Amino acid sequence: MTGQAMKIAVLVFPGSNCDHDAYHALKHVLSADARFVWHKEGSLAEFDAAVIPGGFTYGDYLRTGAMAKLSPVMGAVRGFADAGGPVIGICNGFQILLEAGLLPGAMIANESLKFICDYKYIKTETSGTPFTRGIPENAVLRVPIAHYQGNYYADRETLAGLEENGQVVFRYCDAAGNVTPDANPNGSVGNIAGICNASRNVLGMMPHPERCSEAEMGSADGRRLFTSMIQWLKERGR
Amino acid sequence: MKARIYVTLKKGVLDPQGKAIQRSLSHLGFDGVEEVRVGKFMEVRLGAMGREEAEKLLQDACRRLLANTVIEDYRIEL
Repeated sequence: MTGQAMKIAVLVFPGSNCDHDAYHALKHVLSADARFVWHKEGSLAEFDAAVIPGGFTYGDYLRTGAMAKLSPVMGAVRGFADAGGPVIGICNGFQILLEAGLLPGAMIANESLKFICDYKYIKTETSGTPFTRGIPENAVLRVPIAHYQGNYYADRETLAGLEENGQVVFRYCDAAGNVTPDANPNGSVGNIAGICNASRNVLGMMPHPERCSEAEMGSADGRRLFTSMIQWLKERGR
Repeated sequence: MKARIYVTLKKGVLDPQGKAIQRSLSHLGFDGVEEVRVGKFMEVRLGAMGREEAEKLLQDACRRLLANTVIEDYRIEL
């Protein structure tokens, strides 16, 4: 541990709109050295972690995340992730990671065809990621969602692989932690709210931990992900 | 040269929009409509090139951007 604050990139694309929320949570709540990184940047070499925030990059043209995956910074994200750097994609950030092929599967429109903006419960399926290492398995978090395209889809084979490797990180559940169809807000297969890659250093999730990192926001559960990640970075050393 | 590209949801992928449209048609009395699947249609104008080259270019474009082959199929008409 160097004693210096962890340097965390918050990527900014045209149409990102949760970048300041992520910056605020990291910088002011968690005292990390958060920096905005414009999507034209080609390197993340100086950073310890990267956050791809929510929003509507490129107006969701063609498909959510389809344009953003071609931004120069996504090449840097790929290299950063391949080298083991932790990357978290939130909401549109998750959609971008899927389009870029850094996570498996795809998003389709919510089953209800409604934009859903609400607090939901998610169950932590694994503590075996840098983002959940400080959260016990089965712990229920209260986090907001805000999306129209959050209906996670993966074919049977991909899904079986995700389940087998413990790559499902969060599932929508009720307040008691029961994973039921009623607790599924958008139709996601297996109630999936978040997944990680096989190396476990890339997390994509539809709920917004950055929006619930302080009690004043109605829940501080989201802070636990960032605390976990920063602790993981400290223990790993630079 | 003009090309037409049809992007459709793969069989088995849920189409909430198509479902809603089918229900609306049913409300209007179109009882014969059992299913609607919504896709995308793109018209692409290409510079001077042979058919084979155009086919190759569009296949590549579909795979890399125009369709998400996790959930979508595509068909190219030249």
